[in-house]
Amino acid sequence: MCETCGCGDPHLVPVEVQDRILSVNDRQAAHNREHFAANGVLAINLMGSPGSGKTAVLEATARAFAGRFRTGAIAGDLETERDADRLRAAGIPAHAITTGNACHLDAGMVHRALHADSLHDARLLFVENVGNLVCPAVYDLGQAFNVVALSVTEGEDKPLKYPVMFRKADLVLVTKTDLLPYLDFRVDTLLDALSRVMPAPAVFQVSSRTGAGMDGWFRWLEGRLAATDGARPQHQAHGHSHPPDGA
Amino acid sequence: MHEYSLVQSLMERIALEATARHAVAVHRVRLTIGELSGVEPDLLESAFEIVREGTLCAGASIEILRVAARWECAQCLAPIAAGQVLQCGACGSPARLVEGGEIVLDQLEMEVP
Repeated sequence: MCETCGCGDPHLVPVEVQDRILSVNDRQAAHNREHFAANGVLAINLMGSPGSGKTAVLEATARAFAGRFRTGAIAGDLETERDADRLRAAGIPAHAITTGNACHLDAGMVHRALHADSLHDARLLFVENVGNLVCPAVYDLGQAFNVVALSVTEGEDKPLKYPVMFRKADLVLVTKTDLLPYLDFRVDTLLDALSRVMPAPAVFQVSSRTGAGMDGWFRWLEGRLAATDGARPQHQAHGHSHPPDGA
Repeated sequence: MHEYSLVQSLMERIALEATARHAVAVHRVRLTIGELSGVEPDLLESAFEIVREGTLCAGASIEILRVAARWECAQCLAPIAAGQVLQCGACGSPARLVEGGEIVLDQLEMEVP
């Protein structure tokens, strides 16, 4: 008889696992988080649909913070280095991750990218995720905050249609607000939708193009940077070595 | 369509358990998937049926327990219905998700020599 459950079959063994399927990614994300904490890095996972204005927000942020904070960016896309090129042109040292067909970044990809020389000095690290309002929400990267860019051209109902992304968001940037005069988009309808999927909705309405509303976003970042600096531990090492391939 | 990469992670996790017990086959895989986990159970099943070919799970069935989203006030624990504003009507505190975010491998049934 089966020793484990007494089911009478000598060969079939039930095994209780009770573990997150993404436990390997979770451990890698925890490792990234240790890196960030040990080096006083504020890591922001910026997510949103393709074309929601993620790169434009970072370009405007880079210009505003030039000479004040050392920034860096990891830009994920299926193909091309275009976003990383744009960010470099705006003054952010940037490393591209081309995922091929993968619809999201995972913690291992981010960890390998962290080994890029160009990112070693960054205190404010943006991870611009693959443009997608579904999959990136599932993978922890080790970030301190999730920020979601939602452009006014996408419609007010996106939070209700993609609740998982917004549930995971710490902050939503409503982008391209300079287009509002030309659209039927209702900001109050969007805010109501957000309040039904985000327990403590934090929202800034911004235009990267005109700069309107960007101050709130910059102050928000500055506040988090100050808190990151205050929490920085005394020691620099994180207590374990990496294999030579940087995996 | 991250369900395929999720199934890859699942297969790696199952392989760990199977190797530890010298299993020759996996007969059953039980998962819990929450409504607000970002994982679509039907897509996960389809992905599993494709990825399992040629592995220890080739003959395995997959059972997915689906868990609905349940919110409550983080302070006074009053229930807050899904679809409502996620703020407690009584004390004004933000809601927290009690269940519905799970992506969990619960149990395996393996054939051991």
